Amino acid sequence: MPRLHVDRLVKAYGTKIALRETSFEVRPGEIFGFVGSNGAGKTTTMRIILGVLAADSGQLIWDDRPLGPDQRRRIGYMPEERGLYPRMRVGDQLTYLATLHGLSPSDAKRSMQAWTERLGVAGHERDEVQTLSLGNQQRVQLAAALTHQPELLVLDEPFSGLDPVAVDVMSDVLRERADAGVPVLFSSHQLELVERLCDRVGIIRDGRMVAVDTVTALCRHEVPRWQVQGPSGTSWVPQSSALHVVASGDGVTTVEVADPRPGAEQELLRAALATGPVTGFGQVRPTLTELYRDVVAAPTEVTS
Amino acid sequence: MSTPVSPGAPLSTAAAVRLVAVREIRSKMFAKTFVLTTAATMAAIIVGGLLYALLGSSDPSRIGVLSDDPRGPTVEALGSAAAGDVEVVTVSSRGEGEEKVTDGDLDALLVPADSGVTVVVESELSDSLSTLFAALAQQQALADEILELDGDPARVAEAVGSASPTVEALDAADERDGGQIFAGFAAGILIFMALMTTGQMVAQGVVEEKSSRVVELLLATVRPWQLMAGKVLGIGAVGLAQVAVLVATGVTTALGFGLLDGTSLELGPTVLWAMVWFVLGYASYALVMAGLAALVSRQEDVGSALSPVMMLMMVPYVIGVSLAPWDPEHPLVLALSYVPFSSPMLMPMRIALGGVPLWQVLVSVMLTVLVLPVLVWLAGRLYGRGILRTGARVKLSDALQR
Repeated sequence: MPRLHVDRLVKAYGTKIALRETSFEVRPGEIFGFVGSNGAGKTTTMRIILGVLAADSGQLIWDDRPLGPDQRRRIGYMPEERGLYPRMRVGDQLTYLATLHGLSPSDAKRSMQAWTERLGVAGHERDEVQTLSLGNQQRVQLAAALTHQPELLVLDEPFSGLDPVAVDVMSDVLRERADAGVPVLFSSHQLELVERLCDRVGIIRDGRMVAVDTVTALCRHEVPRWQVQGPSGTSWVPQSSALHVVASGDGVTTVEVADPRPGAEQELLRAALATGPVTGFGQVRPTLTELYRDVVAAPTEVTS
Repeated sequence: MSTPVSPGAPLSTAAAVRLVAVREIRSKMFAKTFVLTTAATMAAIIVGGLLYALLGSSDPSRIGVLSDDPRGPTVEALGSAAAGDVEVVTVSSRGEGEEKVTDGDLDALLVPADSGVTVVVESELSDSLSTLFAALAQQQALADEILELDGDPARVAEAVGSASPTVEALDAADERDGGQIFAGFAAGILIFMALMTTGQMVAQGVVEEKSSRVVELLLATVRPWQLMAGKVLGIGAVGLAQVAVLVATGVTTALGFGLLDGTSLELGPTVLWAMVWFVLGYASYALVMAGLAALVSRQEDVGSALSPVMMLMMVPYVIGVSLAPWDPEHPLVLALSYVPFSSPMLMPMRIALGGVPLWQVLVSVMLTVLVLPVLVWLAGRLYGRGILRTGARVKLSDALQR
């Protein structure tokens, strides 16, 4: 399976610059989470990938070649603004969209039946889309992105507005597609979900990628932090230039262990045990939410 | 999940346009409102034809004359000279004739009288018949005087009857009969209505895709102009089918009720040209309407976006129905029957009214065909610029700028 390489995209709307050399890569078989605040450039990037918008400069590489209309037809897309013909039947609609993506009518029909079944809307095949509940409309929307067996999935906020069950269905489908080798790119504001689901994450701010890496690589402190539960106060922490108390309270103490040698944290544990019972001891990692806040709230450089 | 489908093949332009067009045809042709409107219009045409056949046709006036009355042939001669049809019915007795007048079988019964003319009617004598009987009375008085002068009343009557003025026309107008005038109206009204409804269908379809945001999904796989072309072609096919059905209904009704008896209307060419002009008019208006509709995002704004085109459409239509049937050679009618956007309504009216040389029709067709590439370019530009810009209405000048 090929990979998608987004290479230095630039896009301006009049005087407002939306993308400043945005670059990242979505690899085969991975789920790539695309996060950033509203207006940071996520939707613009996705629309450019789909060819719905044209970039001012930069390029998209797919399978070592520039992404063209015929390859774009092989992308499964879920636009931020959900859209289906309100007065068209679910089955007709999905079949039509699949044929527009190059499937034969019989393949389109078979695929439509398989996906409505899989996404739990098989009973609504003959209903008009506008009569469906919002959640079911979302499922049909996802089906529209999947019926043509896409080789790349680009989903703009696929989880917004979904109930917890639908979130699980969606997550399963994305994981399954990725396991089948399809690169999956999706944007979301639900960072816990992104952290749980994604192999890699890209954070965009003001049209520029400020962090692109695996979740584990991103979510760690520069100096490892260890948390000790049990001893109260901080007086028990050994006096050492390698140990620095970050937070303390309610018998929970968080300490930075600057000593890079493996097992350096054991000294801290021993000191705690010497004071009394220890009920918990472990490394703390920042959540994606914390990381995101740090990155996005960092002072903006002067831009024109 | 693996579904047993082969991955999509590259889609040719023709295939993309065809897929879009077929969807339009399916969704419009079987839409309840479309089917109902078409059926209602068909019913209106049939009922209209029926009413016209029942009420509008001039029943001949029937005059009863006793079998021994020598004035029978004179009455018949006067009747055929008068505008209306007159049928002379011979009755054996006055009693039988009076009975027929009471039953309504006869409009008037000429009865013998000592002097002058006496007519028996049910309640009153119609205007046309009273003129006829007045003439009869005058002729009878004249005959009496001629007899008294020893002349031959029959010869005099013949001479008077055949006397008529000779008209020397300096610019003879083509005579138009009721059938032609009717067909002229029908062509103008039908094409105007059809252009109006199909144009609006196109505009509403464009805005429906825009307001429901499905357009973004579509444009991820087809190019904007492919989408527009498919939509215009699909709805055009639906519109042409509707026009064909209505024309067929009209022609069948007219022929079935004998409404076109004795007309010099050239039915075949009129119908064929009306279809051709619908196609040309549709191409012109639908393209412009598709382009303009792409500039707005809500169905409520379609009306105001289209209003300039609607005005453009009203002018030739109003001139057409108010002038053309009475004066097809009027300079304004002649001029507008060549101008693109108005020729699709005026030229078919002129053709129906008769007397249009073929070269004039062909020149007019060519002028419209020459404008079409410009309209395609304009519509493509407006559509391409407007279709993804949701929210406020896109200014025309913005859409046209580089």
